[in-house]
Amino acid sequence: MGYEIQGNTGVWEIVVGLEVHAQVTSNAKLFSGAATAYGAAPNAQVSPVDAGMPGQLPVLNGYCVEQAVRTGLGLKAEINRESVFERKNYFYPDLPAGYQISQYAHPIVGKGELTLDMPDGTTRGIGITRLHLEMDAGKSLHNQQDDATLIDLNRSGVALMEIVSEPDIRTPEEAVLYMRKLRSILRYLGTCDGNMEEGSLRCDANVSVRKKGDAGFGTRCEIKNVNSMRFVARAIEYEARRQVELIEGGGTVDQETRLFDAQKGETRSMRSKEEAHDYRYFPDPDLLPVVLDEAFIERIAAGLPELPDAKKARYMEAYGLGPYDAGVLVADRTTGDYFEAVAAGRDGKQAANWVINDLFGSLGKAGIALENSPVGPAALGQLLDLLNAQTINGRTAKDVFALMFETGRDPDRIVEERGLRQVTDAGAIEAEVDRVIAANPGQVETYKKNPKVIGWFTGQVMKATGGKANPGGVQQILKAKLPPVEG
Amino acid sequence: MSLDKATVARIAALARIAVPESQQEALSGELSTIMGWIEQLNEVDTDNVEPLRAVMPIERHWRADEVTDGGAAEAITANAPKAHGAYFVVPKVVE
Repeated sequence: MGYEIQGNTGVWEIVVGLEVHAQVTSNAKLFSGAATAYGAAPNAQVSPVDAGMPGQLPVLNGYCVEQAVRTGLGLKAEINRESVFERKNYFYPDLPAGYQISQYAHPIVGKGELTLDMPDGTTRGIGITRLHLEMDAGKSLHNQQDDATLIDLNRSGVALMEIVSEPDIRTPEEAVLYMRKLRSILRYLGTCDGNMEEGSLRCDANVSVRKKGDAGFGTRCEIKNVNSMRFVARAIEYEARRQVELIEGGGTVDQETRLFDAQKGETRSMRSKEEAHDYRYFPDPDLLPVVLDEAFIERIAAGLPELPDAKKARYMEAYGLGPYDAGVLVADRTTGDYFEAVAAGRDGKQAANWVINDLFGSLGKAGIALENSPVGPAALGQLLDLLNAQTINGRTAKDVFALMFETGRDPDRIVEERGLRQVTDAGAIEAEVDRVIAANPGQVETYKKNPKVIGWFTGQVMKATGGKANPGGVQQILKAKLPPVEG
Repeated sequence: MSLDKATVARIAALARIAVPESQQEALSGELSTIMGWIEQLNEVDTDNVEPLRAVMPIERHWRADEVTDGGAAEAITANAPKAHGAYFVVPKVVE
């Protein structure tokens, strides 16, 4: 899955690393007892600590530490037994203390790895550089008043995990796959809800370009505000092309922060952020180093759920699924649970096909989430039982599924009420076959030269039985009753 | 290590402290003296010495994940130079 940019002077490739800010799922903030719920009235969830009032002391929320460790373990990363909160100093109105409490030289989580599930069924590892805990800043509203900016500090102090990848990403699609996989793992772990619309998951992309085959890195730009799955690929594509055109035009790429403008589909320089890039980090004297003992880490490790990679391997092994189908089913915990309920005691591949193609297809078309599916796993399982017991044929099963999806009713009742049971009475089918052959001597002649016409006969018989015969059985009877094929 | 006037101006700008040019020369002398003192401390051999974080042993003190604060927007914005509704109001930030 190569991604190349054809320039005037040759072929270029892209080098991308992602910095993801994931909001920790917690009731209270990282250093205060104020609430974190989304959508509260302005400044309703602010403690004096979050407002940077003099004389206030931050106190670390232990649950947020647990969530960071949990996430680190989920990313197969080193957990640092000792980490340090530092002050990152800069002035901005939504940062009332004049510094953000973050981790710098000693993050809580070190190197890990995330596995991408490629569309062709292969996997590819992307390195995780680190994960650290930090507080969020407040929110600035620039468009409410012409001559002023309004500040809401509800978000100030909310716990974030900044998860930094190695520059291992080589295509815009890989960046999207990385984001999806990371979100999937976070949701399995329950450490971040992954909601990009509400800002619980935000992405900055470091993008550079180099001539294909070069080993060194070009100068990178940091693209901010890439806040939907759709924009991740678009922002990277635009930025890479911009850099190639700039370099080929005789210019050089400046290392700078750029903002992705989703409406225009372009990136532009954020000169305001350039001046203050000297953050003068130093250990926050208000906070002790975070020291973790083995028992603490072991307890969290013992409580980890089965994660997508392990579940995918199990689905391939236990149900005989291909890597692609298994990958689709494990993307969400709810999806996997649904599939396993359908597959229990049944053919796993068949269950996967119905869940992925029929159910997800219908849900997608109707814009309904799986949680609200009108067809539950028990009902879908019953439908497969009816099909496998040959009570109904394959065609009818699709129709019954459509009715189940429409009405939310059980397949048994739909089949009974509509009289959709397969006709298994061989005598009745034979009589119908005889009638169709007798009524169509011209088609019989055609069949002798072109045996494919048997499909037409099958169709006629199926029609006559209201679609309830078994098409395979009908063909067998037809073959026996039609004259032999010539030549 | 000595700090020149330009470095003093930059530190002042980063700290948002107005330092008129007339005072920069004097400040650069003072700050250079402080840096010299720190360099003197650096001469002490601290290999194999554990960093001391607190003079008294301090037990880990973590907060439970419970909402115990907030719900006081009026009090929070009460001392702000300017507020509008429950928001703080600051000079327009141009992005």
